[in-house]
Amino acid sequence: MSAAVSLAPASSSPRPSPTPGYWGMVGRRLRRDPVTVIFCILMLAIILSAIFAPLLAPFDPYKESIILRLKPFGFRGHLLGTDELGRDILARILYGGQTSLLMGVVPVIVAGLVGGTLGVVAGYAGGWVGTLIMRVMDVFYAFPSVLLAVAISGAMGGGMLNGMIALALVFIPAVCRVAETATTQVRNLDFVEAARATGAGHLMIIRHHLLGNVLAPVLVYASSLVSVSILLASGLSFLGLGVRPPIPDWGLMLSTLRQAIYVQPWVCAVPGAAIFITSMCFNLVSDGLRSAMDVRIK
Amino acid sequence: MSASLKAEDRGGPAQPMLIAENLQKHFPLSGGGAVRAVDGVSFTVGKGETLGVVGESGCGKSTLARLLLHLITPDKGELVFDGEEVGTPRGITLQNLRRQAQMVFQDSASSLNPRMPVRDSIAFGPLVLGQSRRQAADQANETLRRVGLDPDLFGPRYPHELSGGQKQRVNIARALALNPRLVILDEAVSALDKSVEAQVLNLLATLKRQLGLTYVFISHDLSVVRHVSDRVLVMYLGCIAESGPADQVFANPLHPYTAALLASRLSMDPDHRVAAAPITGDPPSPANPPSGCRFRTRCPHAEQVCADTVPAPPDRHAHDAACHMLREGSGHSASPSPALRERAGVRVP
Repeated sequence: MSAAVSLAPASSSPRPSPTPGYWGMVGRRLRRDPVTVIFCILMLAIILSAIFAPLLAPFDPYKESIILRLKPFGFRGHLLGTDELGRDILARILYGGQTSLLMGVVPVIVAGLVGGTLGVVAGYAGGWVGTLIMRVMDVFYAFPSVLLAVAISGAMGGGMLNGMIALALVFIPAVCRVAETATTQVRNLDFVEAARATGAGHLMIIRHHLLGNVLAPVLVYASSLVSVSILLASGLSFLGLGVRPPIPDWGLMLSTLRQAIYVQPWVCAVPGAAIFITSMCFNLVSDGLRSAMDVRIK
Repeated sequence: MSASLKAEDRGGPAQPMLIAENLQKHFPLSGGGAVRAVDGVSFTVGKGETLGVVGESGCGKSTLARLLLHLITPDKGELVFDGEEVGTPRGITLQNLRRQAQMVFQDSASSLNPRMPVRDSIAFGPLVLGQSRRQAADQANETLRRVGLDPDLFGPRYPHELSGGQKQRVNIARALALNPRLVILDEAVSALDKSVEAQVLNLLATLKRQLGLTYVFISHDLSVVRHVSDRVLVMYLGCIAESGPADQVFANPLHPYTAALLASRLSMDPDHRVAAAPITGDPPSPANPPSGCRFRTRCPHAEQVCADTVPAPPDRHAHDAACHMLREGSGHSASPSPALRERAGVRVP
């Protein structure tokens, strides 16, 4: 009886559409994936704690103290100990998150836009235009990425901005390659030909039919690059090419604390752990994104 | 609907929908030379008729289909759409041609954007033609209904959520969304199960009747072509081997190649099972076709003249074949040949 009552309105109302739009579906799938959800939350926590570092930090990250050098965890309120100049590690980790995340995200966004555009153009145009773009990218590819980043930022001089430019230049060829491959694959499919058969212009075809298919692989690849970028930026800072002291940065902290590794090994490991956890978050979230964005997997 | 089509019918009913004159497309090879995919093809498609195009894989059928829509630009030759030449300043623009001529592709999987709901795929054409999003979506819904799919149920779906037959219906809907007059069906039913194929063929026949369409039906399946076509072109290595009304071509093949193709069909009669393949081997490479008649390397009647001279192309208005045995004074021992069919050893039921 109750079944009949509850069925009646369902059959008379218009059928709900089985697919609520692409991004809605991606979001729903992401929410169903516990690993991605957990690491998404962790990633958000890291980002928020970096943004709100001034509110969260128990101490001034630049305040030095001769007496309180290299103290262990929990010493006089310094939860994560102090560094070789007696500055609070927790405060510097929180503030350092700002620079490290910036160094991780900005170069990837720049590389995603520039490399993605170049890749789509190269893949769609093909012919000599495509060859020209891809051969130029191959030149950059010929160098190991760390070496290239060191060389570029070394040539331009240290500093955060130059570090970001160097990292973006390192990532552009890789993103470009991914975008070009995806575009070439899609471009030769019949549905692009069908779109041409409607008389659509190139921009219209790229906007409606190519970008949707190229965006997913590029987005997934770029999100995995964020962790690489954080690591490379840390490496640059470690070498003295990226962020300059006394600005807090995870890579820089790792670099300066390494001399104290026999005195306070746990304190020295903290910035490394921050880099590791953040990279892992970005990697796992990008993995989750990869499977959620594949429409063919149900 | 039909009234508006009549109004567009500039050349009158007697003006052919499409005239192809000496169409040619060679794809250059990196090592020099070229694949002669389509090599001097001329034919006429009348209004409201279905022209069947048959031939083996690699004979240039799909290239021909793309040439007809200028998806590939021909190297040479003319294309006249309803009395207006395509791609010349005074003739019909490409934009206009593509509004009136559409294509249904073979591979229903790759011919739909996997990341687009099918309604958006269908609505793309009208959108390109300047309709608003709303109008285009309405048009897509109407066309979906026309091909027998419930727009509320199927419109929001992605291609991977549809069966092969449904995808092909969507493909047909996409072509029809622009209200074309000519539809080129490139192996449109070849990838489908036989039962689904029959449904789609019936749908195509119904649509043709309702909308007054003209079809160019490309297939390697002789039975299907015979079933749907008014006239037939038989292609071999980029050239037309034979053309004529479908029933005549199938009942009385003039070209040895057509005869062999027909003989290679599986017979429904167990007493007439095909024992040996009537033609063997693969067709020669279109990059390096044989001199003279292209079929001579596989033809049981080949003589010296077949290697020396290219046979004249078939008369486009009658039932004719490009064969020296049909041409008086060609120098072939069997020309002109009343005995062709007996010598070919073909029995047509």
